[in-house]
Amino acid sequence: MSLAYYPGCTLKTRARNLEEPAVASMKVLGLQLDEVPRWNCCGGVYSLAEDDLIHQVAPIRNLIRVKKQGKTELVTLCAFCLNTLKRANLLMKEDVEKRNTINSFIDEGLDYSGEVEVVHLLEVLRDYVGWDVVSQMVKLPLLGLKVAPYYGCTLLRPREVAIDNVESPVIFRDFLKALGARPVDFPESTRCCGSYQIVSSPDDIAEYARPILNSALSQGAEALVLTCPLCDYNLGEGQQELMKKNSGFRRMPQFYFTQLLALALGLDPKICHFELNYGKPESLLRIKNLLA
Amino acid sequence: MTKKASVTISPKKSCREFAKKVKQLSGQNLQLCYQCGMCSGNCPAAPNMDISPRRIIELARLGLEEEIAGSRTVWVCASCLACAVNCPRGFDLSKVMEALRLLTLRKNVDRVRPEDIPPEKRSELPQIAMVSGLRKFTG
Repeated sequence: MSLAYYPGCTLKTRARNLEEPAVASMKVLGLQLDEVPRWNCCGGVYSLAEDDLIHQVAPIRNLIRVKKQGKTELVTLCAFCLNTLKRANLLMKEDVEKRNTINSFIDEGLDYSGEVEVVHLLEVLRDYVGWDVVSQMVKLPLLGLKVAPYYGCTLLRPREVAIDNVESPVIFRDFLKALGARPVDFPESTRCCGSYQIVSSPDDIAEYARPILNSALSQGAEALVLTCPLCDYNLGEGQQELMKKNSGFRRMPQFYFTQLLALALGLDPKICHFELNYGKPESLLRIKNLLA
Repeated sequence: MTKKASVTISPKKSCREFAKKVKQLSGQNLQLCYQCGMCSGNCPAAPNMDISPRRIIELARLGLEEEIAGSRTVWVCASCLACAVNCPRGFDLSKVMEALRLLTLRKNVDRVRPEDIPPEKRSELPQIAMVSGLRKFTG
C-alpha cells in the first residue's frame, strides 16, 4: 500500500531527523510514502481572515496535485503542515462560494472540492497499521525510557482538525507504549511553545519554553518527544537560554517521534540523525542501552 | 498586564466602521462574548500583553480603534487557539486578532522588516519560522 506524502520545507533541511527515519520506518511497516510531485510550501500558517483567499492557494494547489496523483489520502509529518493543509481542505469542502472562487483562480484543469483526506503519520500508525502491529514489529523495545509526549497546538487545535480528543489526547501516549517506552503525562503538553514569535520577539522564547520543560521534568520525564520542527527549535533554543541564565536548569533531550519509531524497529540509528537534535539525546540512549 | 484601568467611551472616539471591519474580516459575531475571561486565563502569551485578550474583544466591539492601535497584544498572539477551544460561547478570538493585525498591515505598515533580522539569525531560523513569521508580520 502507498500513501501520498507531503514533506514541507523544513523537513528537507533542518528537520531531516524528522523525515528520514519516518520514510524508512514506514517501508518496514509495509507502507510506501509517495512524495507529492511538484509540491510547494503550504504557507506555514492557515489564513484566518474571511477575505484572504490568496493565501489559501498554496495549500490547495498541493491538494489538487494529490488528486492528480490518484491518491485519496495525504500524509504529513510536520504538525504545522497538517494544520494548514487540513484547514484549507475543510474550507474547500464546506464553503461553496469560496471553493468556486478559488477553483476558477487556480485553473489547474481540475476542480477541487476537498476530496483528499489529510492525515498525520501518528493517525496512520493508529488507524491504518494499528498499535498491536507496530508493537509486534518492534525489535528493540525502548524499555525504561521515560518520555513526555509534547503535542503543542496544531495537532489538536482548532477542534475540527484535531487528530485526537482536544482536552485529553492519548494518541502520542499509545504510540510510545507500542514502542515499549514509558510515556510521562504532563499538564503542559498542549501549551504553545511561542510559535512564530521567535521571529518578532526572540527574547520571549525562553519564557515560553520554561513552563513546558519544567512541567515535563517535574513529572519525571527524561526526554521530550515532538512532531513539529518549530516546537523543536523553540524549545531547544529556549532550554539553552534557560541553562545559560540559570546553571541549575536541567538539560532535556528532544526527540522526533519518527526517530523513536525507527530506533524501536531496529533500523540503523544513522538514519535518525541524532546529531541534529537538541539536548544530547544520544547520551541518554546509551545510558539506557538503546544505542551502541 | 492591563495598560489602563479605564477608557473613556464617547461617540467621538467610538468608530462603528472599525467594529464593522473587524466583524467582516474575522467572520465573528463580537456580541457573542460575555466577558468571562476564559480566553485571558488560558492564553500563554497573556503575560507579554498590555491589553488582555478579553479586553481586546470589548474594545473592538466598542470600535475603540485608537486604544487597540498602540497595543502590542495582537502582535504577541501566537494563534495557538487556546482561547478558541476554551471559549464557552464558541467565539474564535484568533480570527479577531488576525483581523486586527491585518487592519494595520494592509496600510502598508509591516511589524517586522526582513532586513532588520540579523543575517546570521536569518540563516539559522528554520523555514517554518521565517515563513510563518513573515506571513503574520508583513502585509
